[in-house]
Parts: sequence; structure tokens; C-alpha cells
Amino acid sequence: MTHPPDPGPAPVLALRDVTKSFGAVRALRGVSLELFPGEVHALAGENGAGKSTLIKTLAGVHRPDAGQVLLDGEPVVFHGPGDARDAGIAVIYQEPTLFPDLSIAENIFMGRRPRRALGRIDHKATHAATAALMKRLGVDLDPDRPARGLSIADQQIVEIAKALSFDARVLIMDEPTAALTGSEVARLFGVVRTLREQGAAVLFISHRLEEIFEICQRVTTLRDGARIAGEPLAGMTEDDLVRRMVGRDLDELYPKQDVTPGEVALSVRRLTREGVFTDVSFEVRCGEIVGLAGLVGAGRTEVARAVFGIDRWDAGEVEVDGRRLANGAPSIAMAAGLALVPEDRRAQGLVMDMSIERNIGLTGLRTTVRAGLVDRGAERSRSLDWAVKLQVKYARIADAVSTLSGGNQQKVVLAKWLATGPKVLIVDEPTRGIDVGTKAEVHRLLSQLAADGVAVLMISSDLPEILGMADRVLVMHEGRLTAEIPRSDATEETVMAAATGRAAA
Amino acid sequence: MTVTTPNPTPLAEAPPSSGTRLVDRVFRMRELAILAVFLVMIAVTQAGNSEFLSEQGVKDLLLNATILVLVATGQSLVVITRNVDLSVGSTLGITAFAAGDYLHGGGNPVVAVVLAVLLGVGFGLLNGLLVSLGQVPALVVTLGTLYIIRGVDSIWVGSRQITAADLPGGFVDFGSGGISAVPWLALIALAVLAATAYYLKHYGSGRELYALGSNPEAARLAGIPVRKRILAAYTVCGALAGLAGAMYLARFGNVDSGTGNGYELTVVSAVVVGGVAFTGGSGSVYGAALGGLLLTSVNSVLPALGVSSVWVLAINGVLLLLAIAVDRIVALRVAAALKKRSARRRTAPTKENAGA
Repeated sequence: MTHPPDPGPAPVLALRDVTKSFGAVRALRGVSLELFPGEVHALAGENGAGKSTLIKTLAGVHRPDAGQVLLDGEPVVFHGPGDARDAGIAVIYQEPTLFPDLSIAENIFMGRRPRRALGRIDHKATHAATAALMKRLGVDLDPDRPARGLSIADQQIVEIAKALSFDARVLIMDEPTAALTGSEVARLFGVVRTLREQGAAVLFISHRLEEIFEICQRVTTLRDGARIAGEPLAGMTEDDLVRRMVGRDLDELYPKQDVTPGEVALSVRRLTREGVFTDVSFEVRCGEIVGLAGLVGAGRTEVARAVFGIDRWDAGEVEVDGRRLANGAPSIAMAAGLALVPEDRRAQGLVMDMSIERNIGLTGLRTTVRAGLVDRGAERSRSLDWAVKLQVKYARIADAVSTLSGGNQQKVVLAKWLATGPKVLIVDEPTRGIDVGTKAEVHRLLSQLAADGVAVLMISSDLPEILGMADRVLVMHEGRLTAEIPRSDATEETVMAAATGRAAA
Repeated sequence: MTVTTPNPTPLAEAPPSSGTRLVDRVFRMRELAILAVFLVMIAVTQAGNSEFLSEQGVKDLLLNATILVLVATGQSLVVITRNVDLSVGSTLGITAFAAGDYLHGGGNPVVAVVLAVLLGVGFGLLNGLLVSLGQVPALVVTLGTLYIIRGVDSIWVGSRQITAADLPGGFVDFGSGGISAVPWLALIALAVLAATAYYLKHYGSGRELYALGSNPEAARLAGIPVRKRILAAYTVCGALAGLAGAMYLARFGNVDSGTGNGYELTVVSAVVVGGVAFTGGSGSVYGAALGGLLLTSVNSVLPALGVSSVWVLAINGVLLLLAIAVDRIVALRVAAALKKRSARRRTAPTKENAGA
């Protein structure tokens, strides 16, 4: 290999030929990576390529089976996350890791609080330092409020403040923007640029390729746990990057098939849940994909939950195939042919410690139970069938779902619901935090389902996804349906105007 | 888009530290509520029986609460970390007997107390090691040590018994003495309580107990030495159970192999009634102490009112369920209030953008 093209500064943190396995799965195979001060380095790769494992190795959570972690050129062994932090490495994980019962200030300074005499915590200094950080980040969050109840975006802000609080030399960010709005992303990037100018090394992971090109100078691509390339981004195109990630040319990302909508499958009339959403009416026909767009907090997820019967509604009615659904009864909704793939797959979609087989089998218990006992053979063959159909990547079907990567977990949730043979499928953020390859697969799957006559309601904050996949776009703003836009008229402008309440519906 | 126009939806209605104030207020209210229930109960009893709040009456009330408060303080540390120590009753029993046995042989009272505490530390360490290294639910592990310690106690003690006559007079006098109505033992328990509360609030390792109870995985990622902290919590809990054992001996002078049997459930009730969340991460030792005071005073109040003491257990149970119900409702309300506050903050700029 040639020497690094940037001969000036030495790498502050590096991995050399690192290998790490979990049981039979080889997560990293001889991966090398160098992070230079004053540079933002992108880590690209599909879900399951080994990105999270690489980060956790740098963060001191995992220790490599073989190979070395180098700090300022010297081999080091991190015995735990504390060691890495003391070495000036800050990590922002994909899933925020806050303490709900503690204040924001305490969350930020956990483990490194300002001290007074006799080793006591200096509460005042902690508060002041937190207030200063919030000001620097340009957010209005009370340092003393508990982290409980913070939105995901605010939680992410706290994580970022945590990283800033100790002037990290190395900042590692695993999908920091997945839950942020445009202006929040811009603010985050401002902070990242400042840090870079101050000489910090940044490792940045995002599935939004445009973000990688916006903020990064160099990119390392992983595929199946191995390093494919490490190169400057200048001169590369998005297509180049995608090709390296997936190892093939990407088929169309939005493979929407044209269909002629059939009968009305789902009909929602004047649905209201007080204080959450008001007077929501819409229909979804067989074979149709209807996009539900809107800003975070507009009430889209809440409508889906009410339709499926998880939350009760206060007024209105829901019909599936012309049959009215009872209020607040998911089992009746399921029996009527409704399926809901929830937004938060970890908390709502999966039993993380249970096997893939059983997770998929959960919705089919009615059909696989014989004489009151689960027919394990039937459950397994049904689960295997779906896991194969959706190309879930796993070592054994009996492995816990928690061992899978995010994209594969999402496929398991989809498999679980598709196995019920639904007439109406509601998917909430079906591709959030999922790599491009899997994303295209999920889209193809949704398109295929629609072509087979399933009515699909797709909630998404990913505007290109909505525009690329939906036959019709419904837009919500502050709990109300503000627009219904046919595919031909749907553009970023028309949808955003309705989502921010600027358009007369 | 930067917003330069003055903010039309003033955040002034939610002053800067309203979040804290809300939560602090709730916790303070939680403790004040127990105090209020306690005071009302005392007042009603006093009205029905004027003898109740005599000097001796107050003293008895405090003495009865002392031992429970001490053990509940230790238990709170463990419960805050999202664990539990069910072996405290057995530990109290065996340390009380050990101290008594030593004094019976002509030992020094101070050494006897130290002995009881060290024995408690030993059992605490055992529990802590099993829980933190074994990665087994604390409920099961300490249920095991509860029986083991009780078993060892039974084998060792057999049918023997320590009575006040076996103990040095000074030791027994100390156990029932005090400054007018305030017993020495209560003062010791109060000192331990205050020190523990101060430690939990003002020391990093104290806050880390809350952190790891609140979100164990995040605690690990934040570099908190999780096992060490859990071990420490159990050790202190054991030590306080040992100290309580010595106090039990001084107070009652009467110990056998059944001493402290079933006590762990009273302790856990006190902690929960006092508002320490069983799911970890929240609550205070003061709350637990008030919970202990409330539960023991029910014991004294009923006889004073001429109600049969068979009602005590049932009333304790009702208090426990009531406390849990209140905590649940309050938690939901607070969560809703915090969410609303976030939402209000977030919707304000959106409106401006729309108007711009």
C-alpha cells in the first residue's frame, strides 16, 4: 500500500489490521483506518458491513481479536469506554444513550464533573458549563431538566454537547443526523466544522450520501467486514461511492411499478384523538402506495397507531374492506387484515432477545398453534421461508434478533408482518437508518406488495422516498391533514409547503 | 433560516429552570406527602389518646423507627441501582447474635459493634460479587443468600438465646437512653442518613448509582465502573444491616435464631412507600426513611387507638399499593408535562418560519 496521500500530520487515531468476531460472524476482517487531525473522515458501508463494530472498537467497548488500535502512532489497549474517553475520544452512538432520570447537565458531565473541595461535585459549575454548551449549540434546553421526555433530536443534541464538553481530539458520530431536521443538521455541521478547524479528527457515518459529500474529506468503505477502499472524496461521485458499498451497480432506488388502484381497502373518516390529531380522513385502495408526509411531531405516527388500535380515538371511524374496526383493539385490526410496521423497531417491532425464527413466528401463532401448542416445525419453516424471501442476513435462524444489523432487523419486522398476509400494510419510516442497498430492497418489496393488491400506507420523513414511491401523498401539519397531492403534482416544494402549513389545503 | 424577529410566543411562561423545579417539586412533594400522612396519623392518635405523645411515647416511636430507617437507607442505595437486597433480614439477625455472643463472653461494646458491621460488610460483598459478576437477577441471588445466611445462623445459634442479662449494662442502657425524648440510636441513624443523602447528591460515585439504575447500558458506555459501584452499594447495604443488628441487640437485648425473620419485606416496603423507584434511578434516602417512619408508626398508632394489631399488615399493604399507584400517576403526569414543554419549545420556531 502507498503511504497516506496527506504526508503532513500523523494520524491521531488508527486501526491496523483489526479483526473481530462474534461467534461465527466475522464482523471485521483485517480492517485498517487512519484518522487525521483537522479532517472529517466518512465511514461508508451497508448495514451489517461492520461499521458499528469498528466504532465500538475505537470507543473501547470491543477489544480486537487481532490487530491494533494506535493512538498517536503508539499501540494502546482500551480496557473500557472510560479509557477511550480519557484518551480524548468522544462517541455519539446511533441510539442516544442518556440517563432519563438525571438532568441534562448530569448527563453531559457524567464521570467527569467539575469538582469542589473534598471531591464534591460543583453543581453550579456543571450547570454553568452546560448552559454555555447549549448556547454554543444554539439550543434552548434547560440544563436542569431531566432527560426523560426529550425528543430524539434533543437527545442527540445532548449527546453532541457531551462530546463537545471535553474538547475531544477525536469525535466519532454514528448516524447523528438520522432524526434531525434540516436546520438542526446545518447547526450540527457548523459545530463539526468548528471542531475540525480546531484540529479535531472526526469520523462520520451517515446513510445520507449528500451529507458525506458535504462535510467529509476522506472516505473509508467497508463491505462484509472488510475494507474496500480508503481514499479522498474529492473527484468521487455518489455513484462511485454506492458502487463501492454494495459491490455492484445499484438498481433503481425507487422501483415503483405502475398499478391501477382497486377497491378501497382502508377508509379512515374524521378520525380525532384530542390534542393529538383532528379530523383526519383518507382512503387507501388496493394496489396503491399512499405516502404520509409531514414534519416530525405532526401526528403521523399517532394516526397510524390509532388506526391499528394501539391508541384509542375520540371520534371518527376506521373501515377495512368495508368492515368497521372497533376502537382500541389491535387484535381485531389484525384479524381484519391490517398490519403495522412501527417506527421504532427496537422498542415496538421486535423482541430483541428472542430468535429471528420466533420473532417472525409471533404474528403467526394463530396458524402454527395446534392443540394449544406451538408447532415448532411449522413456525420454523414459515420463518425460514420469509427470512429467505426478504434476504435477511444472519448466521442461524435461532440467533437473537439483537445480533443482527439495523437493516436486517427491519427486514425481520417486515417479514413478521408480511407473514400475516395483510390486506393493508402501514409502514412507519420503513427505511430509517438503513443503508442504500437494503433501502432499495425494501422499496422493491413494497412495490411488489402493492402490485399484488396490498394497500400500502407509508409514513416517511424521507422526502425523496415519498416522492419516489407514493401514488398519492397525504401531508399532515400539527395534527391535521393539510394536503392530498397526486403523484404527478408531488414535488419537494408542494409537500414541504403543506408540511409547514404554508399552503392553503 | 435565522430568526431575528422578537419571539412572539414568549418562553417566559416557562422560566429557565422550570424543568428542575417541576421535578424537584414533585419529589419534595412526594416526601412531604408521606410526612403529612404521618403527621395526620399522629395528630388523630393524640386526639384519641393523650398519652400517646408523652416523652416515653415519642421515644418509643423513634426507637421503633430507627432500625428500619437504617436498613432502609442501605436498601435504597441498592434499589437505586435497579437491584434489591433481600438478605438484609438474615444479615441483621446473624450480626445481632454475633455481637451478643461476643459481649456475652465479656467483650468490649465498641468492638462488638465493629464486629457486627464487618460481618455485614462480608455478606454485602458476597451479595455484590454474586450480582455484579454473575449477571443474575438480584432478586434471585439475594433470595439465595437470605436462606444461606439464615441457615448458617440456625445451625450456629441452635436453640441458644441472648438476653439482656448476658449483656454489659452500659450497652443496654445506651440502647434505651438518649437526650430527653430523642434516643442515641435515633441520632446515629439520623447521622448515617444525612451522610448518605449528602454523598448521593454531592459525590460523583453517588450520582453514578442513579445513572446506572436509570440506564445500565448507557452507564457502561459512559465508562462508569458498573460492577464496582454495584459492589459498593451492596457492601454499604450489608454494613448498615450489620450496624442495625448491633442496634437491635442494644435496643431489645433479646436475640435468637429467628431474629430479623421476614424483616427484608418490611424494609423493601418502606423504601417503596418512601418513593424510591423499584425500576432504579430515582428516589431519595430521606424518602425511604420517611417511609420507614410511617410504617413503624402504624404499629404504634393502632394499639394506642385500641385497634387490634392484626390490622397492621393489611394497612402496610394498602400503604404500599397506594404509594405505587401515586408514583405511577405522578410519573405519567410529569412525563406528559415534560413532553408538552419540549413540544412547545419546538413548535415556536416553526410558526415563525411559516410567517417569515
